[in-house]
Amino acid sequence: MNTIVCVKQVLDPEIPPAKFKIDPEAKKVIPPAGVPLVISVYDERAIEAACRLKDKHKGKITVISMGSAKASDVVKHAISMGADDGFVLQDEAFENLDSFGTAYVLGKAIQKIGGYDLVLCGRQAADWGAGQVGSILAEILGIPVVTLACDIQAVDKKLRVKRMVNDGYEVLEAPMPSVVTVSSEIGLPRLPGGMGLMLARKKQIPVWKAQDIGVEPSQLDKANAHTEVTGLSVPTRKTECEIIAGGTPGEAAVNLASRLVKLI
Amino acid sequence: MDSHKGVLVCGEITEGKLAPITIELLGVGRKLANELGEDLSTLLMGSNTGGLGQEAIAYGADKVYVAEDSLLDQYNSDAYTQVAADLCRKALPSIMLLGHTDVGCDLAPRLNGRLGGGLAMDCLALSVDPATKLLVSTRPVFGGNAHATMVSKAARPQMATLRPKTVPPAERNDSRQGKVIPVEGKIDPSALKVKVVDRIKEEVEGIKLEDAEVVVSGGRGIGSAQNFEMVRELARVLGGAVGATRPACDEGWTPVTLQVGQSGKVVSPKLYIAVALSGAMSHIAGCLGSKAIVAINKDKEANIFSVAHFGIVADYKEVLPALIAKLKELRSA
Repeated sequence: MNTIVCVKQVLDPEIPPAKFKIDPEAKKVIPPAGVPLVISVYDERAIEAACRLKDKHKGKITVISMGSAKASDVVKHAISMGADDGFVLQDEAFENLDSFGTAYVLGKAIQKIGGYDLVLCGRQAADWGAGQVGSILAEILGIPVVTLACDIQAVDKKLRVKRMVNDGYEVLEAPMPSVVTVSSEIGLPRLPGGMGLMLARKKQIPVWKAQDIGVEPSQLDKANAHTEVTGLSVPTRKTECEIIAGGTPGEAAVNLASRLVKLI
Repeated sequence: MDSHKGVLVCGEITEGKLAPITIELLGVGRKLANELGEDLSTLLMGSNTGGLGQEAIAYGADKVYVAEDSLLDQYNSDAYTQVAADLCRKALPSIMLLGHTDVGCDLAPRLNGRLGGGLAMDCLALSVDPATKLLVSTRPVFGGNAHATMVSKAARPQMATLRPKTVPPAERNDSRQGKVIPVEGKIDPSALKVKVVDRIKEEVEGIKLEDAEVVVSGGRGIGSAQNFEMVRELARVLGGAVGATRPACDEGWTPVTLQVGQSGKVVSPKLYIAVALSGAMSHIAGCLGSKAIVAINKDKEANIFSVAHFGIVADYKEVLPALIAKLKELRSA
């Protein structure tokens, strides 16, 4: 079973908000110094899902990441977890794309790789969180999509996917190939083993430019963008935290209790 | 582009009624349509929509498109996408609104992919720019630490999913007039590639996190699965639900379904108690809508104090037992 996983390198969402700064003019986030970029949380779960399928059914996992040259770090992370191969899609034309542009570029790379049974994406990215690349990608590739997966099995050449809904889950049967977007409920990603880390270190990650995957840069012209970010701001919060007094933590707790009962 | 006119709300039916999000969307949609001087229409898909068309009119719709088919009885991504896309190609709405629900999260991006529109997901506010008449969508990005506004200059329809409970529901007026229009055409069964095999309702122990008026969450600082029991006890005493940060879930102290934050649940209770958690960006994203936030943390520099209304700077192990005991006493009185 051959799986292609799309992953994104993002600003670490676990940083304290004090380190989060934006440039409202450029409508961009200023990356904090000394904080390494990480793989987007849902994308890491998508790799985990691919690895579980490979554990059972063999086959190959190919990882692609559109981004800067540094995106090879997240591709290598995927390889250390169990992916076999990976590519970085990097080109000036790929910068600041909207969801359609991103899906178009990923679609071209996926068509170049070919021979896939399953395409996995995270349900949304941990930075801009548009939450639509997987679905648009499926429409572009002309294959079905299942979103918000919390379990993926391959049974009799078909995919059996549990999809999270408000009060439980649905069990869906999808043909191969399909696109599936993965939610965090699928479970924890595995830790890379020593062997995986060694393989990842040695692995060359080729960089594909627009021409390598048959992308027409005119298709990515900003004038044709489907959506445009017109403003970026940090919402102001005016909370003054009142520290509840008390001679001991226990006394403070008693004082807090009387305040809490008034709130509910 | 000028051929696209009006606002279309893609409705949801739950247990035979208009879903609350649909009534909220009709309120927002009505305002946008009035500002544009255009019509508000609604699409209802189901196996038996009964009088819901008239009800949507009472909540503000001028036109209600009703698609009835046994294949639309429950949400089916392929069938709903097909029907909604076909209708959009005929009705040519300028703006299309959906709920940010498990239906909308699936349907909106797929429809957008098929129609080539411009979509903003999980919006907190929607308005019309008075100068350009474009839909301006405000949505949280970077886990809610920033808000972005987005427009679609040329792509149509301009689409958005609205986060539930961000706007008041539309007011009902049963004297409003409108037209219910049946959607013609049958669903092509050969286009239904994904089969719904089963739907499982999961019973949650106690109160559901998203519905709870009190949520008590524990973080990495709790230290062990055993100590997490204190967090549960506090939630029980307050009649609330238990939440956790991503690290606490990763440690296996609570099921991952109780994770509050960017990659978990977004909650907005009356009271949110954050115990031994620092308040990482991703966690704050899930609880900022709470009316009151209480922080208990031994590190006075912890970020959680910057968003909390009340706090105690102390080791939670010295606070929770006394807090639980006192609350028991006060609540039984």
